Amino acid sequence: MCPRANTGVLQRFQSTLVVAEHNNEKLTPITLNAITAASKLGGDVSCLVAGTNCAQVVEQIKKVQGVNKVLVAQHDSYKGSLPEELTPLILETQKQFKFTHICAGASAFGKNLLPRVAAKLDVSPVSDIIEIKSPDTFVRTIYAGNALSTVKCNESVKIFTVRGTSFEAAPTEGGSAASEDVATTSPAGVSEWLEQSLTKSDRPDLTSAKVVVSGGRGLKSGENFQLLYDLADKMNAAVGASRAAVDAGYVPNDMQVGQTGKIVAPELYIAVGISGAIQHLAGMKDSKVIVAINKDPEAPIFQVADYGLVADLFKAVPEMTKALGK
Amino acid sequence: MSGRVLVGVKRVIDYAVKIRVKPDNSGVVTDGVKHSMNPFCEIAVEEAVKLKEKKFIKEVVAVSCGPQQAQETIRTALAMGADRGIHVEVTGKDYDTLGPLQVSKIFAALAKKEDAQLVILGKQAIDDDCNQTGQMTAALLDWPQGTFASEVSLEGDKVKVVREIDGGLETIKIDTPAVLTADLRLNTPRYATLPNIMKAKKKKIAQVKPADLGVDITSRLEVLRVDEPPQRLAGVKVETVDDLVSRLKESGTI
Repeated sequence: MCPRANTGVLQRFQSTLVVAEHNNEKLTPITLNAITAASKLGGDVSCLVAGTNCAQVVEQIKKVQGVNKVLVAQHDSYKGSLPEELTPLILETQKQFKFTHICAGASAFGKNLLPRVAAKLDVSPVSDIIEIKSPDTFVRTIYAGNALSTVKCNESVKIFTVRGTSFEAAPTEGGSAASEDVATTSPAGVSEWLEQSLTKSDRPDLTSAKVVVSGGRGLKSGENFQLLYDLADKMNAAVGASRAAVDAGYVPNDMQVGQTGKIVAPELYIAVGISGAIQHLAGMKDSKVIVAINKDPEAPIFQVADYGLVADLFKAVPEMTKALGK
Repeated sequence: MSGRVLVGVKRVIDYAVKIRVKPDNSGVVTDGVKHSMNPFCEIAVEEAVKLKEKKFIKEVVAVSCGPQQAQETIRTALAMGADRGIHVEVTGKDYDTLGPLQVSKIFAALAKKEDAQLVILGKQAIDDDCNQTGQMTAALLDWPQGTFASEVSLEGDKVKVVREIDGGLETIKIDTPAVLTADLRLNTPRYATLPNIMKAKKKKIAQVKPADLGVDITSRLEVLRVDEPPQRLAGVKVETVDDLVSRLKESGTI
């Protein structure tokens, strides 16, 4: 279980805090992947739910397998999950429970929050881990996924974010954690959440979809993305995009897949009109099956594609949509 | 606002280079490899220079931590419009283990020393892909943070920041002084023109050491090894859409 026990040194009991991400109604799926990562450390797993309205989310997390305790902090100042407000809360919680590990999913939420917590504790955090070798040794990618770095963290508290696609989601049934209120902190009041504009879509969420259809510069316009939406609807797929397509204004940037966008690893990734730059591959090359449709036979995307079709996408995509409709 | 902006710039392997892992698995090959300014740092510099052009701020100070070559990166920032540079010299083994915690301590110390109102950084460096330094600098200074910014507007002594989040965008308003980190869509960085590159040669770069700032740069993170990621096996080319669909069906993918 624990490698250091072999050295005869008494191993401190592992206890991990997972900071839950949610929107006051629903738990964000990446938290379930983070819980699985936390369970691999082999100790107690607690989950912190902070928000303006926690009851529903607390009920959901109590049933998640692998969670021993749910800590609840409800206060109006946690509106918008501002890191200036959540950090003091996590520090207080840490003072009380003395966790050996603190983690969250490597989403915009986790990336924003955890480094702030780490600096306050004067420890180096570890970002976007893809594997846990032991309670202090983690694997993460560097250089846009072109190298794997194994790091040993000698900090007293290990703080890390978890790549959602590298760990299974913890089952949402079968758990029976107890919940406990923790003291809320007084508002820092240096930041204020004003509004949110979320891209509305009936399609599955990009980071957790089983099938992703992505378009690049080859689509030539935003209107032409309709071809991909039609194909995606046939396969219950999410639609992604390359940076070129986002920069050209074809689609909003939360659809970007890549080093600086979202990391996806679906069962099937269909890249349409995407050349396959290093930065794009960083976000999708762990997909199980990759299909590339591109008219340029030299496009680098064909080097990672399991199935490549050299063809004009404006013909091939409607044909494929039709073929799947049969 | 009539203050000063500190901009962090990092020298990294150029984004277009296909990196190679060293045969002894100690890191990636950097000798003789093209380096340039981290793309997100360019965006940070551009935003700072724009704020100056709009007369929201008076001075832009570009800071880089690293060996002698970091000065080239600072020169680039100066050619883009930064007023002066600070090179925090870190070399040898210290540089190998220099991470976001150490860099954020340096930035926090400099922000105080220079009496900066804003620190603008890129959201992540494309080599370590950490996405931590801005958040940590804000924490150490106890300043609010506006990370992954795609739009920044100064409103009196506050900053309105539109942030790129997972489902779309969100808008926050934070007090100054503050730390901002730039996302790709914040702006399009300008090219330094030849006259500006010449002018940049006359601008001053101060040299300091972390110890001068009272910063201890020992690291408690150890890189045990660096490996090549698993290679994908070569795939097949298919001739027709029907062939593609039937192969996907045969393999049980759809």
